[in-house]
Amino acid sequence: MARIELQNIGKSYGAAEVLRNINLDIEDGEFIVLVGPSGCGKSTLLRMIAGLEPITAGDFLIDGEWMNDMRPRDRDIAMVFQSYALYPHMDVGRNMGFSMEIRRATKDERKSKVAQAAETLGLTHLMGRLPKALSGGQRQRVAMGRAIVRNPRAFLFDEPLSNLDAALRVEMRLEIARLHQKLGATMIYVTHDQVEALTLADRIVVLNGGDIQQVGTPLELYERPANKFVAQFIGSPTMNVVPVSGAEGGVTTQNGILINLPDASKVTEAAELGIRPEHLDVVDPAAGDLLAVADVVEHLGSDTNLYVNVDGLGALMVRKHGNIPAKSGDKLGLRIQAEHAHLFTANGRSLGCAG
Amino acid sequence: MRRSLYLKYLVEPFIYLSPSIFLIGAVMMIPLIVGISYSFQAIELLNPFNTGWVGFENYIALWGDRKFWIALENTFFWTFWSIFFQFLLGLGLAMLLNTDFFGKRLFQALVFLPWAVPTFLSALTWAWLFNPVIGPLPHWLSALGVLPEPYNILGDPELAMWGPIVANIWFGVPFFAITLLAALRSIPGELYEAAQIDGASPWQTFMKITLPFLAPMIAITVMLRTIWIANFADLIFVMTGGGPANSTQILSTYIFTTAFRKLDFGYASAIAVALLVILLVYALIVLWLRKKLVKV
Amino acid sequence: MPAVSRRHPGLVIGKYLALAFYLTFALFPLYWLLKIAVTPDALIFSEGTRLVPSAISFDNFVTVIFQTDFLAYFKNSLIVSLGTAFFTTLIAAGAGYAFSRFVFKGKRIIIAIMLITQMFPLLMIIAPVYKIVADFGLLNSLTSLIIVYTAFNIPFATFLMQSFFDGIPKDLEEAAMIDGCTRFQALRQVIFPLTLPGLGATLGFVFTAAWSELLFALMLISKNDTMTFPVGLLTFVSKFSVDWGQMMAAGVLALIPSCLFFIFIQRYLVQGLTSGAVKG
Repeated sequence: MARIELQNIGKSYGAAEVLRNINLDIEDGEFIVLVGPSGCGKSTLLRMIAGLEPITAGDFLIDGEWMNDMRPRDRDIAMVFQSYALYPHMDVGRNMGFSMEIRRATKDERKSKVAQAAETLGLTHLMGRLPKALSGGQRQRVAMGRAIVRNPRAFLFDEPLSNLDAALRVEMRLEIARLHQKLGATMIYVTHDQVEALTLADRIVVLNGGDIQQVGTPLELYERPANKFVAQFIGSPTMNVVPVSGAEGGVTTQNGILINLPDASKVTEAAELGIRPEHLDVVDPAAGDLLAVADVVEHLGSDTNLYVNVDGLGALMVRKHGNIPAKSGDKLGLRIQAEHAHLFTANGRSLGCAG
Repeated sequence: MRRSLYLKYLVEPFIYLSPSIFLIGAVMMIPLIVGISYSFQAIELLNPFNTGWVGFENYIALWGDRKFWIALENTFFWTFWSIFFQFLLGLGLAMLLNTDFFGKRLFQALVFLPWAVPTFLSALTWAWLFNPVIGPLPHWLSALGVLPEPYNILGDPELAMWGPIVANIWFGVPFFAITLLAALRSIPGELYEAAQIDGASPWQTFMKITLPFLAPMIAITVMLRTIWIANFADLIFVMTGGGPANSTQILSTYIFTTAFRKLDFGYASAIAVALLVILLVYALIVLWLRKKLVKV
Repeated sequence: MPAVSRRHPGLVIGKYLALAFYLTFALFPLYWLLKIAVTPDALIFSEGTRLVPSAISFDNFVTVIFQTDFLAYFKNSLIVSLGTAFFTTLIAAGAGYAFSRFVFKGKRIIIAIMLITQMFPLLMIIAPVYKIVADFGLLNSLTSLIIVYTAFNIPFATFLMQSFFDGIPKDLEEAAMIDGCTRFQALRQVIFPLTLPGLGATLGFVFTAAWSELLFALMLISKNDTMTFPVGLLTFVSKFSVDWGQMMAAGVLALIPSCLFFIFIQRYLVQGLTSGAVKG
């Protein structure tokens, strides 16, 4: 399969720079997810890897071979588009076999490969249909089938699930994960959905404003975000961030409450404290670090989401397992799991976990 | 090596474009420049020895040419009344076609048909309709009291221009209807539903929703159509040839007859440049007006 | 609007009166053309203004087809119109594709020039075009007409084709390129089959335009054996201005190809004319 290297890759349209200094080594067989808010350049980067957009700076290598100027057809990469991009005038079988048709594979070879891919994806009974006669999920499968038929060096996915409804999205996500296990191929996957990123990726690349913010495994990003952007982008619901200042043995909030931290070595630089909703405990009003008033309480059965207000700090969100018998207007005590608190400098750099 | 793919992206579109660029350049742009240079020369094919650069002589002759001023006035008359009726009838037809009624598809095909009739044939057909020997129109007009007796209005200097104008309206209404219908269809249906729920009357809906939505389309269509009609010589040339007594001569027919009958290319080009300048001034005024109106 | 008509019966009547008016206005002249063409010679003057002829004869058509040069004119016009339609569509498809799919330097200027060619008086260049065609020795040739008409129709056809290409997702040819096509292969295998309706509509528009062009044909063609239909009919009119029946029969014949193409392109009219929409 393939090892893909991006060295100082950049992209600009005239004076507008949309990507800079992208460095990334993708190992053979790795599942990489590019994630970021819309407009961060993730799709552009994927299209540059595919050969659909010219690379304006840096070097792009596949298996050590310099590929910047190669046409898409010479890169031997398959791609699944957001819109699926199925050829409307060809039936499912021909859609899937089109790449082999172009490469002048024999008819028998084509047939057996297409049949094999159709088998894998459960498309055998749809082979004669035109794309317009397929459901969204079926189209998605055909688009994937088209990619696996030719056994390419790498697979690219450009937000492949965003046109599907929620239930189907979960199903197809599993399908893609299985496919990766089965084929062991290098895959690069673009999404703005962090759940897809966390569930699928071997490593996640977080992009924002044309820069790589952090590269790491899902757990690394969750536990040790490099900066405030990554901390708030990864993890759902979003991490709470409150302004603080360094103090003896911990930090003080703006309303003067001291929060003791196990590791207070870096508090002098700290400007903000981040705490995930699941790392706040609901306790007796008298016992907590903070006194809060419940604003909205959502009972999800398995979890409870509490949107609370803390005097002098503003709104926080708390998420707890099980059912918390609170209602709007209740006074609650909150205890911060100090070992899971993150500290950030004034410009958003992470000082690491305080635990 | 580094730039090769990049260069390809720059060059590739021109591979697809080059035949168009070549043909438009060779058949339209070069002759345009040559035509402007002709207006400063004496080029009469019937008088081959009298050629050469003459400076502004053609333009000076034009300034003193009574036919030119008549043609200019006729151009305004022809263009204004043609566009006026084409637009009104076209808007009405578009509004009708935007409603539902039995047999609409067939009706639409039939009323758009005049647009497909070759212009020379429209001209001939209407010339025949105005001929009292074989056409019913003069008889009807006289029965209605518009004409004292059934005669051919194309031979009457007072009324001749209305002949080609009627033919032009007949030919041009479908164009306006098609354009406006497309614009009408682009108005989201929810807007009408919202207006209905808000209690607007049909007239209010038309004034507050339909017209404002159509306005940009109307402005651009009328402007382009005005220029097109001012240039449109076929109908008049076939129906009256500019006569009687130049009463239907417009600038574009004057250009054509000067070039075609007299083969006086220098003078024809001078008239053409004059027409071009007038159209340019018109376009600039319209663009300026639009800019001013958009700002407010 | 339908809700309104249901409330006021007066509006319904008004609407159908309006429909009847438009239908009569559009069709009456064509009906008259047909009526005179099928009226026997002997009755033309006595029944000149009767709405329905008392007898019908197709003699005029027979005479026009077999005893005049109209068949030759018809053939010339077909050659010119089909040739123009073919070359214009081919060339405009290329240009429309470039406009639809590429961002490149000079695009705005080229589009501006194409728009300008739609606005300046084409008659302005009739003299230079005549001289250039004469210098190449191409006067009285159908080739010169095809070249000139093709150039005239390219801008409009380009905008039309561009709108059709714009309607085809870019993803499709990108998918094809990733599947291993060159851009040209992607164009031929994936885009071309999907643009067939657009190509058909453009062919129809250009054919109709070329079929009815008169003034340049009049200027560039003076020999009887290369005359196109409009030129032939017009010389016929000025030479034999008394034989109404035959002239109208010829007119009806000239109408046939236009109508055929019109039926074909009818459903693209609204879509097509709004897209690039400058020309009638």
